[in-house]
Amino acid sequence: MYNLLNNLIGNDYLAAVVAALLPLFVFILPYALMAVLAERKVSAFMQDRLGPNRLGGKYGLLQTVADILKLFQKEDIVASEADKKLFNIAPVLVFTGTYAAFAAIPFSGAYIGSDIDLGLFYIVAISSLVVAGILMGGWASNNKYSLIGAMRSAAQIVSYEIPTALVILAMVMVTGSLNLREISEMQTAYIWNWNIFGGAFSGIEKFLLIPFMLISFVIIYISTLAEVNRVPFDIPEAESELVSGFHTEYSGMKFAMFFLSEYANMFAVSAVVTSLFFGGYQSPFGYLGNTLGISWLVPLEQLFWFAAKGLFFVFVQMWLRWTLPRLRVDQLMTVCWKYLIPYAFVNLIIVGLITLL
Amino acid sequence: MKTREEIFNILKQEFPQDVLEFQNIPTEPIITVNPLAIHRVCLFLRETAGLEFDTLMCLSGVDDANGEKTNDPDGSVTIKGGTLSVYYHLHSMKLDHKVTLRVSTPREDPEAESVESIWKCADWHEREAYDMIGIIFLHHPDLRRILMPYDWDAGYPLRKDYKNPEFYQGMKVPY
Amino acid sequence: MALKTEEMVLNMGPQHPSTHGVLRLEVELDGELIINVKPHIGYLHRCFEKHCEAMTYPQVIPYTDRLDYLSSMYNNFGYVVTMERFLGIQVPERVEYIRVIMGELQRIASHLIALGTYGLDIGAYTPFLYCFRDRETILSLFEMTCGARLLYNYMWVGGLSHDLHPDFVPKCREFLKVFKPNITELNNLLSYNKIFVERTANIGILPAETAINYGITGPMLRGSGVKWDLRKNDPYSIYDRFDFEIPVGTGAQGTLGDCWDRYFVRVREMEESVKIVEQALDQLPEGDINAAIPKRIKPPVGSIYGRVENPKGELGYFIMSDGSTNPFRVKLRGPSFVNMTVFGELCKGHLIADVIAILGSVDIVLGEVDR
Repeated sequence: MYNLLNNLIGNDYLAAVVAALLPLFVFILPYALMAVLAERKVSAFMQDRLGPNRLGGKYGLLQTVADILKLFQKEDIVASEADKKLFNIAPVLVFTGTYAAFAAIPFSGAYIGSDIDLGLFYIVAISSLVVAGILMGGWASNNKYSLIGAMRSAAQIVSYEIPTALVILAMVMVTGSLNLREISEMQTAYIWNWNIFGGAFSGIEKFLLIPFMLISFVIIYISTLAEVNRVPFDIPEAESELVSGFHTEYSGMKFAMFFLSEYANMFAVSAVVTSLFFGGYQSPFGYLGNTLGISWLVPLEQLFWFAAKGLFFVFVQMWLRWTLPRLRVDQLMTVCWKYLIPYAFVNLIIVGLITLL
Repeated sequence: MKTREEIFNILKQEFPQDVLEFQNIPTEPIITVNPLAIHRVCLFLRETAGLEFDTLMCLSGVDDANGEKTNDPDGSVTIKGGTLSVYYHLHSMKLDHKVTLRVSTPREDPEAESVESIWKCADWHEREAYDMIGIIFLHHPDLRRILMPYDWDAGYPLRKDYKNPEFYQGMKVPY
Repeated sequence: MALKTEEMVLNMGPQHPSTHGVLRLEVELDGELIINVKPHIGYLHRCFEKHCEAMTYPQVIPYTDRLDYLSSMYNNFGYVVTMERFLGIQVPERVEYIRVIMGELQRIASHLIALGTYGLDIGAYTPFLYCFRDRETILSLFEMTCGARLLYNYMWVGGLSHDLHPDFVPKCREFLKVFKPNITELNNLLSYNKIFVERTANIGILPAETAINYGITGPMLRGSGVKWDLRKNDPYSIYDRFDFEIPVGTGAQGTLGDCWDRYFVRVREMEESVKIVEQALDQLPEGDINAAIPKRIKPPVGSIYGRVENPKGELGYFIMSDGSTNPFRVKLRGPSFVNMTVFGELCKGHLIADVIAILGSVDIVLGEVDR
């Protein structure tokens, strides 16, 4: 993408800036706005309610826009005892960490922010920045609820990164690449080439891989849920215990940044899961563009498939949120250290052996 | 199951000095007990076979307002002398009988023994009676105000001669 | 050298999403572990008892509405039953039946809030709204009868304020028919949910002995396995005519007397209340809705302690009369107030998240704790 823009504009820096901002304005912001609305609508649908239905027609389409406008106008309150520097940096850091992860995610064959070979590694690393932001915000607020929330959050995210990393490692062994675009390309053509169905392997190996791919998927999905603090792992912001955890003291736009990054994060992890297991931007069957011979249609179709798959997993996250209660902090750790990590290890070994075959 | 009269007779036999009288009011017969002996009497009521009062249903402080009343020029009443009482409603789940005890303490020196160590239930009830009526329960582990603010110093609101203070912490009280 | 450590004191409330009102819990923490919990109450003190002394006997009834505002009907019920015993009044049959129907519907409504908000405390949003949906129907039934949705002032000494609306009986039957499957739905969604069970089983265990010593009543006591219900054990009104069970905790998911038991007793009590309402609707006689009572109510000199089984436990009124038209002293023994006393004891050694789980299972309404 950067190269394309560079050719188009003819200026290195300008092209870099545009390439960096494009996904934000074209995709993440509209997506976050719609996701907040969707969350409300999904919850309303599940709870026998109507949800937003006034602003922007029957479906309340402009509700979130109005909310964001409201948040813009809110006073930006900083508690007098708060550590002002850290307090101001925290939301930016959280948002940056989330947003930067999108750089290595391939939206379609034609668009990837940065086609780096260490894509997966980069995503795992950069999204850890979020922990620092959360911890900073919790500490700087000088509020006991925030502090407890931040401590929980740090423990939780750091712990759950281990099973995530182990599963990613297994996937790297299967695909032999850390580049998400390459991984997506490997799963091309048809649905049975997706990694969840054994990927591009053939013969007996494919059938041996399928159950372990399923296990890998379940493990990574659970741990990513925990990494983005969603129910049943929304312990850092458990509003019935800790008011709202680490962002209790935030208001106005800083709160909105936490809020938006939560939704952006939801999509980021869904996108990673999609790219790893469900063919990324690949269509489950052929492309209309190829059939008709219109080559520019293919990337658009790919974008559609990518968004559809990602949003489906976002929807599943919402679905879980409105169905399940929340775990307790020690149970959360139990799930991670006593179940997910051992399973992920065994899974890693077995997948390794199978790929050696 | 025993009637209240039978319970009174047992108590009178056990504590001839401290169990004072039995008022057979038709709606609710009441046994009057010495306030400084109530702990012993209650312990006996709980521990004795055949009585076994295992629950304290209710403990209420009452201002009897039976002292000498003087009308102040501003329309309020001041009471001197007389008694403040505590009513204990006991019940036995095992034997399904009830009894009502009363202790009366002089208004100027309202001290009664605490029954908190017998029925934990009495803890907050006694704090409430202290808070509202001003009865001091001896040997209560944590006798603080409970419903009123901890620094309320304008007296005990449920006394019949209670006067609203003009100000509390600089805030005007009457509205 | 070991580092010097210090316990953290966390003030939960008075403004906190899960304290169910303005309750302040002073929680002493070692990390997330609770050393001690001290409840501070009184933020909602409205001088109920002092007010009563300035009112005539019937004028007290609207104030009883405002005690436990989630079970106003039953507070009315307790007061009028006590007053009628004090005065020696016999009310007409129809009144007794209507009171029982209203009382049991109120019990269902109150338990629905208790269960819904309990789910909310644990983090499950959706059951809360499902519970409110059903409660809404009950409130509509009440509104149809007496015009109010929350504070009814419906039961008067010697009678009722209004007779039933002609549509009430069919609508009520319709509600019961819809409601019964909804209980199963709630069980599937929440009660047997693995996470919910993990959060509530073996938490806040209240042994029967302790419960009795603390004077605990209602679903909390029954959750500890004590078969004690004033509707059966000390019958008032016409409860002896109905066929229903007293559900008790069994320790099915953990230890006897844990939070899950207390929760599930409430679920099963709703089923029993449905049974009672059905029977009462079947037997509902025609007749007058007001007994002949003197215009000025003056009970004899003396006192009385009357108690009923409120949705939350034993609701007792201690009423003293000096022979005038105003009560000399009214003391309310609220179930929430007494059940709250054991709270600090239950919390020791648990985690912060458990405080919320335990508080929810106690099911307090601060309007009654503080009066």
